[in-house]
Amino acid sequence: MDWIDILLKVIYALVMVAVVMTIAGYSVLAERKIASWIQGRVGPNRTALPGLSALPVIGPMLVKLGIWQPLADGVKFLFKEDPIPGHVKKFYYVLAPMISLAPALITMVVLPFGVYYVDGQAMPLVLANVDIGILFILAVSSLGVYGIILAGWASNSKYPFLGGIRASAQMISYELAMGLALLPVFMWFAPETGGSLNLFNLVQAQGNHMWGVLPAWTIFYQPLGALIFLVSLFAETNRAPFDMPESETDLVAGFNTEYGAFKFGLFFLGEYTHIIIGSGVFVTLFLGGWNLPWITMPAGILGAALSILVFLGKTCALIFLFIWVRWTLPRFRYDQVMTLGWKKLLPLAVANFVLYLIIIALIEG
Amino acid sequence: MATKVVERKPLSIWERSYLPQVVGGLKITFKNMFKPTVTLEYPEERPEIPPGYRGVPTLVRDPNGREKCVSCQLCEFVCPPKAIRITPGEIPEESESRHVEKGPKEFEINMLRCIYCGFCQEVCPEEAIWLQDIYSLSGYSREEMVNNKQKLYELGGTLPDPYYKWDRKKQAELEGNPHH
Repeated sequence: MDWIDILLKVIYALVMVAVVMTIAGYSVLAERKIASWIQGRVGPNRTALPGLSALPVIGPMLVKLGIWQPLADGVKFLFKEDPIPGHVKKFYYVLAPMISLAPALITMVVLPFGVYYVDGQAMPLVLANVDIGILFILAVSSLGVYGIILAGWASNSKYPFLGGIRASAQMISYELAMGLALLPVFMWFAPETGGSLNLFNLVQAQGNHMWGVLPAWTIFYQPLGALIFLVSLFAETNRAPFDMPESETDLVAGFNTEYGAFKFGLFFLGEYTHIIIGSGVFVTLFLGGWNLPWITMPAGILGAALSILVFLGKTCALIFLFIWVRWTLPRFRYDQVMTLGWKKLLPLAVANFVLYLIIIALIEG
Repeated sequence: MATKVVERKPLSIWERSYLPQVVGGLKITFKNMFKPTVTLEYPEERPEIPPGYRGVPTLVRDPNGREKCVSCQLCEFVCPPKAIRITPGEIPEESESRHVEKGPKEFEINMLRCIYCGFCQEVCPEEAIWLQDIYSLSGYSREEMVNNKQKLYELGGTLPDPYYKWDRKKQAELEGNPHH
């Protein structure tokens, strides 16, 4: 590999980090705005930039939409005093927020977000087009929970500790159902993908149409699998109604309790990055990625840009769903979470798996 | 008494999956997103103050522009947190309202002590002190939070007066009936 290649890869990676972080910042804004709209409030509408907000019509409109709020939030997190309580285990206390953010950033390496046609040949737009795609994502994204467990333990006080324990229990319970819901997806598309776990091939396979009409998005063929995966995704990203590790009503702020300033900011960012990546994975697996039904993308740069836009659009729609659900449903009780995970979702996932085993055997046999 | 036993149907499997309820909830919140907001955007929009509101106590003038307070100090005595301090003074010889017994030389209400009980307004025989609709006040120092006489009149302004007590007294005096 030439040093130019390495430099390019680094630049691509930095661009991707910047984009994902920006989306994360703005999903925080979206969260606040949507929460306010649902509750009949206005939401952040004051933050203004000196120059830009003075523009005639657009300036005040952007201010009303709170476009500059993430900037102010970020600056606030950066410049706040960052105290470390005396009773914590210092090294792990500092380490935990990093560990909780890093896996989310690593998983986006294998997430394909677009397609680029060169001479009729489909090239993936992805940082690393690895064949074990989904396996990599499952393996790395589960590491995120270590950050939370570590935070709970290193904080050396009871509420973070309980939050950490809940996080680990919840992760173990839902990872199983999640994995089982994924298997039929890859088996279903085995004829097109050659049985590999590569995400890009999977999305390309979803671009076909069944009988020339129905788009081959997985969600149309495996709605139950999609539902199980979605529910598990909510649990894995610690979003309401599964925000057990944080549950601010009974655990103060859960694993966040002893954190402040930038370290809390990292946790916060990590949570939203997980949501973005989770939404991206769901779009890739079940919603046909950058494919639009009955429309073929034009070739060249335009097609590539369009495919990225479609992918981003679907991801944003899913992020909206995450936010929408959070402001609709109350939190489950801890035992309800466990019951749902072990007694409902896991058997359902197994049944779903067996069902599609039989269906696939019948189709191919 | 006739009791009606309502049959409690067992939930169907579909209902027990929570999903219909979840979808119902999502519908409601989605509709809510497009409803007008109920927020009062405070510094720009102000709430409507109902009549009889007990805001910051102020001193008022009568429609002739004469100060109504006669420095009787009843409010000072009745004030539960002892927020009012009055320094009584004579009314100058050449003044038009010489026939009024007294006037306050200085009138201070310490807003750090005031509890907005409205006793001063209630006790005032001259209807000179009113708790009006000012509800937010702030300052950078403790001294700033003590309203002096000038400030109190600025805040109070003029209120309509149905009695014109001191005008009538003066008139009576001129007509030779000082004990009116």
